[in-house]
Amino acid sequence: MAATATTQPKTNHIGLTVLDYRGSKTTLCAGCGHNAISERIIDAFYEMGMQPERVIKLSGIGCSSKSPAYFMGRSHSFNSVHGRMPSVTTGAVLANSRLVALGVSGDGDTASIGIGQFVHLMRRNLPVIYIIEDNGVYGLTKGQFSATADVGSKLKTGVINDLPPIDTCALAISLGATFVGRSFSGDKRQLHAMLKAALAHRGTVMIDVVSPCVTFNDHEGSTKSYKFMKDHEEPLHEINFVPRFAEIDVDYDPGSVVNVTMHDGSSLRLHKIEEDYDPTNKIGAIKRIMESQEAEEVLTGVLYVNTQAPNFLEMLDMTDAPLATLPERLIRPSREVLEECMEALR
Amino acid sequence: MATTEIAPTGSAPSAERTPVVNDFSIQVATANGSGSQSANTILLRSIFQMGVPVSGKNLFPSNIAGLPTWYTIRASKKGYIARKKEIDFVVAMNPETGREDVFNLSSGAAVLYDEPLKLSELRSDLIFYSVPFDKLVAAVCPEAKLRKLVKNMIYVGVMAQLLNIDMAEVEKALRKQFAKKLKAADLNWNAAKAGYDYAHASLTKCDPFTVERMDKTHGMIIVDGNSAAAMGCMFAGVTVVTWYPITPSSSLVESLIDYMKAYRVGPDGKATFAIVQAEDELAAIGMVLGAGWAGARSMTATAGPGISLMAEFAGLGYYVEVPGVIWDIQRVGPSTGLPTRTSQGDIEFVAKLSHGDTFHPMLIPSTASECFSMATEAFNLAEHLQTPVFVMSDLDLGMNNWMSEPFEYPKEPIKRGKILSKEDLDRLGGFNRYKDVDGDGIGYRTLPGIDHPQGAWFARGSGHNEKGQYSERPDDYKNNLDRLRRKFENARTLVPKPEVVRDESNDIGIIAYGTSHHALVEALDQLKDDHGVHADYLRLRAFPFTPEVHDFIASHPRVYVIDQNRDGQMLNLLKLDIAPEHVVRLRSVRHYNGLPIDGRSVTDDIISQESK
Repeated sequence: MAATATTQPKTNHIGLTVLDYRGSKTTLCAGCGHNAISERIIDAFYEMGMQPERVIKLSGIGCSSKSPAYFMGRSHSFNSVHGRMPSVTTGAVLANSRLVALGVSGDGDTASIGIGQFVHLMRRNLPVIYIIEDNGVYGLTKGQFSATADVGSKLKTGVINDLPPIDTCALAISLGATFVGRSFSGDKRQLHAMLKAALAHRGTVMIDVVSPCVTFNDHEGSTKSYKFMKDHEEPLHEINFVPRFAEIDVDYDPGSVVNVTMHDGSSLRLHKIEEDYDPTNKIGAIKRIMESQEAEEVLTGVLYVNTQAPNFLEMLDMTDAPLATLPERLIRPSREVLEECMEALR
Repeated sequence: MATTEIAPTGSAPSAERTPVVNDFSIQVATANGSGSQSANTILLRSIFQMGVPVSGKNLFPSNIAGLPTWYTIRASKKGYIARKKEIDFVVAMNPETGREDVFNLSSGAAVLYDEPLKLSELRSDLIFYSVPFDKLVAAVCPEAKLRKLVKNMIYVGVMAQLLNIDMAEVEKALRKQFAKKLKAADLNWNAAKAGYDYAHASLTKCDPFTVERMDKTHGMIIVDGNSAAAMGCMFAGVTVVTWYPITPSSSLVESLIDYMKAYRVGPDGKATFAIVQAEDELAAIGMVLGAGWAGARSMTATAGPGISLMAEFAGLGYYVEVPGVIWDIQRVGPSTGLPTRTSQGDIEFVAKLSHGDTFHPMLIPSTASECFSMATEAFNLAEHLQTPVFVMSDLDLGMNNWMSEPFEYPKEPIKRGKILSKEDLDRLGGFNRYKDVDGDGIGYRTLPGIDHPQGAWFARGSGHNEKGQYSERPDDYKNNLDRLRRKFENARTLVPKPEVVRDESNDIGIIAYGTSHHALVEALDQLKDDHGVHADYLRLRAFPFTPEVHDFIASHPRVYVIDQNRDGQMLNLLKLDIAPEHVVRLRSVRHYNGLPIDGRSVTDDIISQESK
C-alpha cells in the first residue's frame, strides 16, 4: 500500500469500497462478455450499498456459472450442478428469507438442461435475481449450439442452426416472473441501471444478457456477436434508477417517462424511446418481443415489470425470522403435543 | 331360513372343532375405491380395543378405482405382527376375484361372501356364510349412491357377530373413524348393526375362529410408518420440506403437512416451516441441499424412481458436504416396477448413490416407533456429518397399520453440528471450510448471512482444496477424498447400533433389517419350537456397519442374511465390509415377490439350507 496516499478511498453509503465487492481473478477468456457482466454486478451492488454478507450467489455449470467466483468474494456462493441452480436457490431462500439471492446461469444451463427448473422458478415468483449470460453456445465443451441460438446463425465450423430459439424473456413473462429484462454485456449504462433496479424488486427478476463468446461465437454469421449486437440492438428506453436513499431528485416529464415505484420506495424511470411501450402490460410485452424477433432485432430494456403480484415467500406465510436460525423451542413441539398425537391413535 | 351352507359332500368342518382363539388371519377382498378402507380399519381397531394384538396389511393395485384390493387383518395372541401366508377367513366382496380367493384357501378356512357370487358351489372343504348385502344395505341406506360405500360396513357387523367381537368396541372404533362426520357415523353404525342382526338371526357359526378379550394392547397405538415418520420429523425440528408425489412416500409428507399446520405455527400465527411441492425429484433434493446449505433442517421423501433421479444431487451433497434427510419408502423396482408393493430393493444403490467414490449413511427403521425416533437421529447425524442421510423405510412399514408402544419424546436435543458463529470468527480471524481440524474428517462451516467479512465459503461440486477454492491439484483432490473416507469411517461410531438377541447359539447367526424383523421374531420361535434350532439374531439399524456387526459375524460360523430383494443387497454390502476370511460364513435368504416377508418362509429357507 502506498504510504503517501492522502485521500480516503471512495465508499458507498454503508462505508464499503468497491474493492469489498470484488472476487478472485477471472479465468474466463479475455474479452468474454461474462467478465463485463461481473463488473456491472460489482458496480451495482456497490452503488446500492448492498451488504455483501447478505448476498448469496448461486450457479449451475458452464462458463457463466463459474463467474460468481469472480465477484463479491465476501458473499457465500454455491456452484451446484448443471441446470439445477433454481432448486438450490429456492431451498436457500426458503431457509433464510433475509438473504438476497443472485443466480447466474447460461443459455445452455437455463434453456436446455435446466429449462424445467427455470420455468418453475419463474412461476413461483421467488425473490431472486436470475441472470442468463447468453452467448448461444456451449463454451466449455468447445462451441456447440445452445437452445437460444437463432435460426440461421452459423458456428465457426460452418454448421447452421435450423431450430427456433427459446426466448427466455417471453417465457419468463408468460410464466409469472415479475421483472423481466434483456440487455447486452456491451451496454454498460443500461445493464448497470437494470441491475440496480433489480435489487429493489421483491419477486423474480429475470435478465437475459446477450454476452458474446469471443472464442466460439463472435464471428461473421453469429447473431450473438459484438458486431451483430451493435447493429441490431433495439433499446426500448433509457433507464434511470433513482435509489430511495438518493437525496437529489430530478423533475421528469410524465409524457416521456414511465415511472415505476419499486418495493423499497426507489424509482425506476424509463425514458421512452418507443412512445407506446407499456412495461406493465404483459400481453403487449410478449407481442413486442415476438415482433422484434420477426424483424431480426434484439429488443433490450425492462420488458415487463409488476410490483403488485405476491411473491412465493409471502404465499408461504412464514415467520419473519429465518427458518435456518429458529431456536429449538419454536421448532420442536412440547411433550403435551406428543401426548395429544398419541392419544388420537389409541 | 338358515343360509349357512354346509358343503353337500365330503368332510365338512364342524363347530365341534377346538376353538381357535385370537390367532387367525382375515382377508377382505374388495374393489379399489369402494370405501372398504374405513370398514377394514374399524374391524382392525375393534379387535385391538379388545386387547388382542393385531396388524393390518393393505394389498392394493396401482389404480384409482375398480381393480381388486385385499386387506389382511391378523390377530395374534403371541403378538406376531408380520404377514402370515395362510388365510383363515375370507370376506369375498369382489366378483372379479371371488373364485381365486376361494381356491387359494387351505381346507377348513371360512368364507363370508356376497350372496350373488354363489361361491359355496366351488369347494366342499370350506365353511361358507352367504349374506345378501344388497338387500341389507338397501334397508339401512335410502340414498342409492351411498350404498356402495356403506355396504362394506355390513360385513363388519357380520364378522363381529361370527367372531364374537363386542359391538360396543365396533361402535367406538366407528365413531373414532367418522369423528368429524356425525351423519356418516350414524349411517355406517346402522349398517354394522344390520350386519350383526342378520348374522345373529340367520347364520350358524361353524368355523372355530373367535376373539376373546386380552390385555396385550393397553396404552398402545395403531399407526402407519409414514405418519410416525411425519411426527418424528416434526419433533426433529424440520423446517424445509420439499417433495414430489410418489407412491408409497406421498402419505408421509401429506401427514406431515397436517401435523405441521396443527402444531408448528409460531406465536405470531406464522409457519415455522416451508413445505413445497417441487416440479420433480431433482428439484426436491436440490431444494433440500440449498436449504441445508443455508442452515435449515431440510428433508424430502421419495421412492425408488425418485432416488434414481436424485443420484447426481446426492453426489453433490456428499462432496460439497451439505446436510439433508431423504426418506426412501422403498417399493418394487426396477423402473416403475410394482408401485404399490414392498421391497428392500434400493439398499445397494443408495449406499453409493452418485458417480464417483461416494458413501451415504443409511438409517433403517423396523417399526413405526423407529420411524419416529430415527427422524431426530437422521437430522442430527446429517448436521453432525454435514452430509445427506437416507432413512430406508419401505411400503410395508410406511403404508400399513402397525400396533406400537406410544412414542417417546426425543431424548436428544436438536444438534446443529459444527457451525461457526460471528464471535467464533472474531476469535479465529477466519477458517478453512474443509480442514480436518478435529481429526474426525468433519470441517467447520458457516451459514450464509453470517455478519462477518471472513464468514463466506464457496460451495462447489468441482474439485476444491481445504479452503474451498477451485483446485485440480492431485494432492488436493486425494487429500479431500481421503478425509471424506475418514468421515465415513467415523460415522460407524455415530449411527444407531444394531439390536442383538442372543439365544446362546454358537452356530447360527441371523442378520435382518427393516420390516424383515417382524418375520424374524416369528421365525426364531418356529426354528426353536418346530425344529429345535437355536439362532442368535442381529437386527441391523444402519449403514455403515458398526463394530458389533463385524463381531457378530466373527462369532458365528453360519450367518444368514435376510433380504427382501433378489440380489441379496445387504449381503453384498456386508461382503465388501467384513474380513475376507469371513465372507464364506454368509448365507442368504431372499424374498422378493412384492408381498411382505413372512416368518414361515424364512424358517423353511433356513431349515432347508441347514439340512444341506
